[in-house]
Amino acid sequence: MKHFNAFGLGAVAALGMTALSMLPASAAWEPTKPVEFIVPAGTGGGADQMARTLQGIIAKHSLMSTQLVVINKSGGAGGEGFLDVKNAKGNPHKIVITLSNLFTTPLATGIPFNWKDMTPVAMLALDEFVLWVNASEPYKTAGDYVAAIKAAPDGTFKMGGTGSKSEDQIITVAFEKAVGKKMTYIPYKGGGEVAVQLVGGHINSSVNNPIEAVSQWRGDKVRPLCVFDSKTLPYTDKILGDLSWSSVPTCVSSGVDVEYLMLRGIFMPPGVTDEQVAYFVDLFKKVRETPEWKQLMKDGAFNQTFMAGAEFKTWLEGAEATHKGLMQEAGFIAGN
Amino acid sequence: MFENFINLYHGFHIAADPFNILLMAVGILLGVIIGVLPGLGGANGVAILLPLTFSMSPTSAIILLTCIYWGALFGGAITSVLFNIPGEPWSVATTFDGHPMARNGKAGEALTAAFTSSFVGAFVAVIMITLIAPLVAQFALQFGPAEKFAVYFLAFASFVGMSKEPPAKTIVSMMIGFALAAVGLDMVTGQLRLTFGSTELLNGFDFLIAVIGLFGIGEILLTMEEGLEFRGKAAKIDPRIVWKTWKTLPKYWATSLRSCIIGCWMGITPAGATPASFMAYGVAKRISKNGKNFGNGEIEGVIAPETAAHAAGTSAMLPMLALGVPGSPTAAVLLGGLLIWGLQPGPMLFVEQSEFVWGLIASMYLGNVVGLILVLTTVPLFASILRIPFSIIAPVILVICAIGAYTVNNNVFDVIMMLVFGVLGYVLKKTNYPLAPLVLAIVLGDSAEEAFRQSLLSSGGSLGIFFSNGLVSTIMGIGLIAGLWPVLQIVLNRFRRVAQPA
Repeated sequence: MKHFNAFGLGAVAALGMTALSMLPASAAWEPTKPVEFIVPAGTGGGADQMARTLQGIIAKHSLMSTQLVVINKSGGAGGEGFLDVKNAKGNPHKIVITLSNLFTTPLATGIPFNWKDMTPVAMLALDEFVLWVNASEPYKTAGDYVAAIKAAPDGTFKMGGTGSKSEDQIITVAFEKAVGKKMTYIPYKGGGEVAVQLVGGHINSSVNNPIEAVSQWRGDKVRPLCVFDSKTLPYTDKILGDLSWSSVPTCVSSGVDVEYLMLRGIFMPPGVTDEQVAYFVDLFKKVRETPEWKQLMKDGAFNQTFMAGAEFKTWLEGAEATHKGLMQEAGFIAGN
Repeated sequence: MFENFINLYHGFHIAADPFNILLMAVGILLGVIIGVLPGLGGANGVAILLPLTFSMSPTSAIILLTCIYWGALFGGAITSVLFNIPGEPWSVATTFDGHPMARNGKAGEALTAAFTSSFVGAFVAVIMITLIAPLVAQFALQFGPAEKFAVYFLAFASFVGMSKEPPAKTIVSMMIGFALAAVGLDMVTGQLRLTFGSTELLNGFDFLIAVIGLFGIGEILLTMEEGLEFRGKAAKIDPRIVWKTWKTLPKYWATSLRSCIIGCWMGITPAGATPASFMAYGVAKRISKNGKNFGNGEIEGVIAPETAAHAAGTSAMLPMLALGVPGSPTAAVLLGGLLIWGLQPGPMLFVEQSEFVWGLIASMYLGNVVGLILVLTTVPLFASILRIPFSIIAPVILVICAIGAYTVNNNVFDVIMMLVFGVLGYVLKKTNYPLAPLVLAIVLGDSAEEAFRQSLLSSGGSLGIFFSNGLVSTIMGIGLIAGLWPVLQIVLNRFRRVAQPA
């Protein structure tokens, strides 16, 4: 199979050179064949939705001269996708979207990769987490819910989340610590499934991302209690009655001292040139100006921080340290 | 309910627009081509074409994309019947009798029966959706982990209990399947299992790879041993074959009806089309007068799984729209499309976008009719493929299998795995172990295990959760009876003999 790859690369390189020779000498780097967009998660989840929206926006506004092809590589909690990128050294026709499994998967499973094995391109946005309960439950505020948990024996209340030893369970462990009681954490395959299980009353609460549960909120099936961020969300469009994202208080203000944001960023394989990275930074800057992207940000109540270059690397180092600390405390590190 | 009819009438207005009808025909044709190539599959087809639809109205776009999906479903039956290679999990049961029919020179009949049954199943399911749409979504919400496990349990149990092979061999084969399904990430603990440090095994064994190998390659190996001959070679090509087959189909109305009910039920509960097709096949085998002949090319054995699979596939669209949870990879890609067109699947979709929802439901009616007409005209064409000598067609099938296996994950390792599965399939067939339970366990083993452990987590380890309410107890009860049926029968027979010593 090595031979096939070598042959493929050779052919591509030859094609690339032909294509390059036709361009004016001063032109910056541009992709010369379809770009693979790896999603290290299954179809239908938050990362997949964002990748497919990006693909749609880029195609609709012709922001790229070649095609962008979304490929899901979800094996081993996303390890399959990250390894694929790590091993594609110097290939500029491959990008990957990340979620928190960039940090949690290597720690929890021991699959050998680290964000430093890849080339960071840009942070597109940060995803928020919200504490949700079923709308028919009596808890109107995070305080009510916490009081109920404290009054019951350990493990009475069930928290549903996506995956095991991942961001949802990390938040749950932090939440338990803040409340001082254990909950029963039940892992599901995807965020949409968790939201439906909450509507059906099979779990008591969830920490779904806004976009995963917003349609159930609009249908008055679930109720947001608080958001795990340091400040309230800026979005004021009405969602249910007079309520909007901005009316959801922070968990900290409700007495639950937990904050967590999830990276939605783009990486490339190791060994690509600065010019090639610059092309994609520029591409995603253009994407951010489109009305479709702005709508997605609003629908999903995203935190719209954009970062690239050194600033992004510093942020990544901080986030890695935070995750290591959280996972160590929770006892989620592989081999324990 | 009356309101539904008015809405549907408006929906037909939208769907019957000439441009939309044209899109349906294009979609179905593309879908059939995608369905015939194993591995390419509906999900990839829809994903590739998704960007093309951004300039259309959401209703036209979803009509085109769902028709590709219908077309792929129809197309999957073609390879199952002709080459014993199921392109989708729910076509596996179709191969049991569809392929033997082709070998007996009845490929035309098998294809006609398969297409017609798919149509009937889908049609009945759409009618059900029209009548009781809001109730269905409500019912799907009742399914927590325990209820889901009960449905999977029922599927496995009815396979052990209803099959005519020795139960011990069925169970051995099923257990191999469970072991294979366990490879990869353990969802509940978040740790890797049985991967032995190999990065290739991270993803576990993909169903498609296993099936292409077990059935497709295994079949070629068997045929090679038997003298390089397609036994269906003598098939006569008769353009009137469709009509002739249709005349015999009404006889099997009871099988059809049973399969429709099983299909609709399994589609609404989130279990889906695969267990539906296996269960319908198992039940038909047990109840039918010709049950003994199942597996040797009995037309009822094609009708039952196809009807149920399509009834389930169609009725599963409804929870997807109403709850926003995709039931299959293809549905997930479609959901991604909905978001780009600015539609949010969920409980409010029916209220806020009723024009879109009913346009889609109307297009299910029309799309299926258009699809049936289109695929039936191709029956003589596809049936004639079997006239090509085996020594020419076998390498072509091998190449198609290899490409199919490669496309699933763009991985050469999968092609090697496919060959290994091919040898395994050959050995199992030679030693008379049934392949179907193995496949069923690979497809559903993961989900069943997950549901089981989620249930136990939430009950704190008590098995009582599987009998904690009426719904779950009923399903578990039926499952237990189905699984222990052979034992029960022996006991009953003894009891009768004792009671009536005459």
